[in-house]
Amino acid sequence: MSFILRRLVFYLVAAWAALTVNFFIPRAMPGNAVQAIMSKFPNLQPTAYKAIEAMLGVGHPGSLWHQYVSYLDDVAHFNFGTSVSQYPSSVSSLLGQTIPWTLTLVGTATVIAFAVGTGLGIIAAWRHGGWVDRTLPGLMFLQAIPYFFLALILLEVLAVSLHVFPIGQGFSQTVVPGWNWPFVGSAIYHSILPAFTIVITSVAGWMLQMRNVMVTTIGEDYVLAGQAKGLPGHRVVVSYAARNAFLPQLQGFGLALGFVVSGALIMEIVFSYPGIGLLLLSAVSSNDYPLMQAIFLVITFAVLVANLIVDLVIVAVDPRARGREGAR
Amino acid sequence: MTGHLAFGPEPVAAAVPDATPGSPVLDIRDLSVVYRTAAGDVRAVNHVTLDLNAGEVVGLVGESGSGKSTLAYGAGRLLRPPALITSGAVRYRGRRTAGTADILRMSPHQLQQLRWREIAIVFQSAMNALNPVLSVRNQLTDVIRTHLQVSRAEADDRAAQLMDTVGIPRARLRSYPHQLSGGMRQRVMIAMALATDPEIVIMDEPTTALDVVVQRDILVQIVELKERLGFSILFITHDLSLLLELADRIAVMYAGQLLEVGTADAIQHGAAHPYTKGLLNSFPSLRGSRRELAGIPGSPPDLRDPSPGCPFLPRCGYGTDECTTVPMTLAPVNGAAGLGQLTTCPFVGPGEPARPVRADGEEVTP
Amino acid sequence: MTIALPVSTEPAGASASAQQLGRWRRLPVNAKVGAILLGLFALAAIIGPLVTPYDPSYQNPSPSLSLQSPTAAHLLGTTQSGQDVLSQLLVGIRLTLELALIVGVVATALAVIVGVTAAFLGGIWDELLSLVSNVFLVIPALPLLIVLLGYLSQRGQWPTILVLSLLGWPWGARLVRAQTMAIRGRDFVAASRETGEKTWRILAFEIIPNQVGLIAASFVNTVLYAIGASVALAFIGVTDLSSWSLGTMLYWAQSQQALQLGAWWWFAPPGLAVALMGTALVLLNTGIDQVGNPRLRDVARTSMISGRRVRPTDPTPVLLDDLPRRSRVEAFLHSFSRSALLERGAAPDAAGEFRPGEIGEDSR
Repeated sequence: MSFILRRLVFYLVAAWAALTVNFFIPRAMPGNAVQAIMSKFPNLQPTAYKAIEAMLGVGHPGSLWHQYVSYLDDVAHFNFGTSVSQYPSSVSSLLGQTIPWTLTLVGTATVIAFAVGTGLGIIAAWRHGGWVDRTLPGLMFLQAIPYFFLALILLEVLAVSLHVFPIGQGFSQTVVPGWNWPFVGSAIYHSILPAFTIVITSVAGWMLQMRNVMVTTIGEDYVLAGQAKGLPGHRVVVSYAARNAFLPQLQGFGLALGFVVSGALIMEIVFSYPGIGLLLLSAVSSNDYPLMQAIFLVITFAVLVANLIVDLVIVAVDPRARGREGAR
Repeated sequence: MTGHLAFGPEPVAAAVPDATPGSPVLDIRDLSVVYRTAAGDVRAVNHVTLDLNAGEVVGLVGESGSGKSTLAYGAGRLLRPPALITSGAVRYRGRRTAGTADILRMSPHQLQQLRWREIAIVFQSAMNALNPVLSVRNQLTDVIRTHLQVSRAEADDRAAQLMDTVGIPRARLRSYPHQLSGGMRQRVMIAMALATDPEIVIMDEPTTALDVVVQRDILVQIVELKERLGFSILFITHDLSLLLELADRIAVMYAGQLLEVGTADAIQHGAAHPYTKGLLNSFPSLRGSRRELAGIPGSPPDLRDPSPGCPFLPRCGYGTDECTTVPMTLAPVNGAAGLGQLTTCPFVGPGEPARPVRADGEEVTP
Repeated sequence: MTIALPVSTEPAGASASAQQLGRWRRLPVNAKVGAILLGLFALAAIIGPLVTPYDPSYQNPSPSLSLQSPTAAHLLGTTQSGQDVLSQLLVGIRLTLELALIVGVVATALAVIVGVTAAFLGGIWDELLSLVSNVFLVIPALPLLIVLLGYLSQRGQWPTILVLSLLGWPWGARLVRAQTMAIRGRDFVAASRETGEKTWRILAFEIIPNQVGLIAASFVNTVLYAIGASVALAFIGVTDLSSWSLGTMLYWAQSQQALQLGAWWWFAPPGLAVALMGTALVLLNTGIDQVGNPRLRDVARTSMISGRRVRPTDPTPVLLDDLPRRSRVEAFLHSFSRSALLERGAAPDAAGEFRPGEIGEDSR
């Protein structure tokens, strides 16, 4: 289990680093952040200065160390202060409303894209030069298109013009949010197009990576041995080639999660999807620094947890990560 | 175009009662393999004829790049692109099969049934040849269940017996390759090769990656198992001294061609080809008289653009201009001690000493 | 052994330019396409701003020139406020490419420095630098970029360049470190160390030249990342909106509802330009990959044998009538002949009696 233990320590360090960076950003930036906000809202009274200081967490009395400790304490209690733009909502309540949407949509779409891409990669490598393999250049073009650009086009064509899908939002205005079928059905219906966008823009990346690892793996002696053993073709593909190629693929998945999630956030903006990405946009456009920083932390922690899950899968798949001489 | 090797020691008749004495289980005839590259074909195996009799150990010796592995894997059609077989026939006739079949003309399905059931392989590096994510048990039972119609329990049982056979504790069935020592991994590889009771086991430098003590243990075990189970072995190695002890017959390969074939005894005491003499001279003999050791200067030729005549000529101490036109056919050796010794060199006999450097010191341009 | 084989020989004493040409010819097709596409963009970036027909910011007050579809005077039409889209595009390509290249150079330099240092110093320094790289890798970059740039006042491109460079190095550093470790162990480096060669000389003449391919791939990847990130940041408005880049073009097109108004000429060009640049870079990178990883390259080159596609795991094909290599037409005709059937292994066996033994019978 030392592999998981080491990874846990690493994620703790990463989490601490993110927290610390987050703490220092408002303090290290050129100029006074409070002044900056004051200047952007000219109709604020000078008396608001103290209030803004409190919201940014820079007005604490005492040494830097003291501020740091109380900041960590606040984060531990999910106390991220008050939103500037949506006063007087607390940042944590705003996050609580949006996180489930993002988690469900981005999580599901990413897992689907990864599964489909990996499967296609296996086929492309095994049926080398076959039709699946030959779709790769086209898929790479899809991947190079900015998420939001493709999202906008799909939205325009499939929703605005053809009315196949709803125009944005997370659910229809006519249903009552809650655990009832009309609402859940509406939410699923509204999530299809955003999910589809994520899948088609990211599937090529997973496919290309899996194909290349598979091509290298097929050249390994143990795959040749599998063939020499006269095993049925599917057994050689699945248990000998793909299962070994899947390990680097999984590690790549963990590393790429940060990028994937970032792209998905922007996609939410296009679809006015009530997730954390849309919240981030409103925070940016209204200079809501406390909200921005809290979103950064939340996303980082989500990616770290997702990485930990990936590591658990690696342990389940790779006997070498289980033993004393863990991989990586 | 080359003579058929009809000779060889008597097969171990007692161990294989239903094999026709003297009839080869594997008969490779005139096999050629090229690697098709953009810069031209690399002729890795060039019209090679070799047979393997039931219960026999044939050693195939040559330096790296001589095509010895290509020959063996090509005969099993296990070479990857850009390899291409351009001539020959590989006839297989086993105890369990009716009649003879040409492996080069088999359908993929027939090949799948032949592989491992009839011809198993012990790979050079067990670390690389064992699937790192499957347990030893899984890797043994998958081949057993593919080729023998047995239940899961019976397959497990057989796997356990195989572990006994090669002397590894049964508890190791649950282990993964990375948890085993090098010697154990090679034993697992051997157990796997024997899992379906094959007719032929191709051993591709099975002990090269191991230290000397373990090497010895494993070779002793291989000989023992062969005596007990009666399979035939095609043993590939670059170590001629090892073959002199292990093999019944030895084939010497150079630049994709066989230069000499003969019984181990004939090769040891009456090597006819200058290359074989050079090989014999490059290691100390344990029991023989003390002599000066010499390597063979020079390097093998480019297989992309072979010169006519003998490929060994540029490195040969006996070379003459006649060598550029000599046909590369195996012919009986003049004055050979035993029957069946064949060589491509008609100019040098068994009596002559090894000569590493050209007598006239001058390079003959082929 | 009677068949002479055609052997291609390199002409001896070929001139340097001919060798260059030969090297170009040997490049994989996708790398060539990528390089040509990228060259076109570079050309547009260099001469584009000199030949722009209009000032990209000039708002033509004439109402007939608002949201005009492409005409001879405005090849890519106009925006809602009567600005020329083609001029914006040419200037935008320049700015976006410029930014991405600067970020690519800076971040790749950082990656090489960190990677090589970690591998060479070893011990605690290696642990520390690797830890920092991995932490930076796992923290999602875009939200951090947004927070950082949100605080920095937006004057020109420099804050974006700075922040993108600061966050763009860890992936490359990881690769360079691994490669340096591998090269460090090789004989020729060990030999230079034994002979007392100075460390910086070993680095400059042995280590770095041996990973040119890797560094190139890392650079291309970083440029790709910089284009994607800068366009995304501009799209959500976290950039200097007064300058014309592909990202700000998309921002204005989106915020002024170009798509809803049906003004595809306003919205599509910048998006397609980004997509094509991205594709070109990805193609170039797969090309570099193939050159660096012989197995990928061989797979690409050798799957066609004698006019037939061979999968790596197929039984070795057999070509019994040793014909010279066939042309495409010949190969097509050949595919109906008997020897082709043999290659496929589908022909009836000459000695067809082979049948696998009674299975399960143990003959011991």
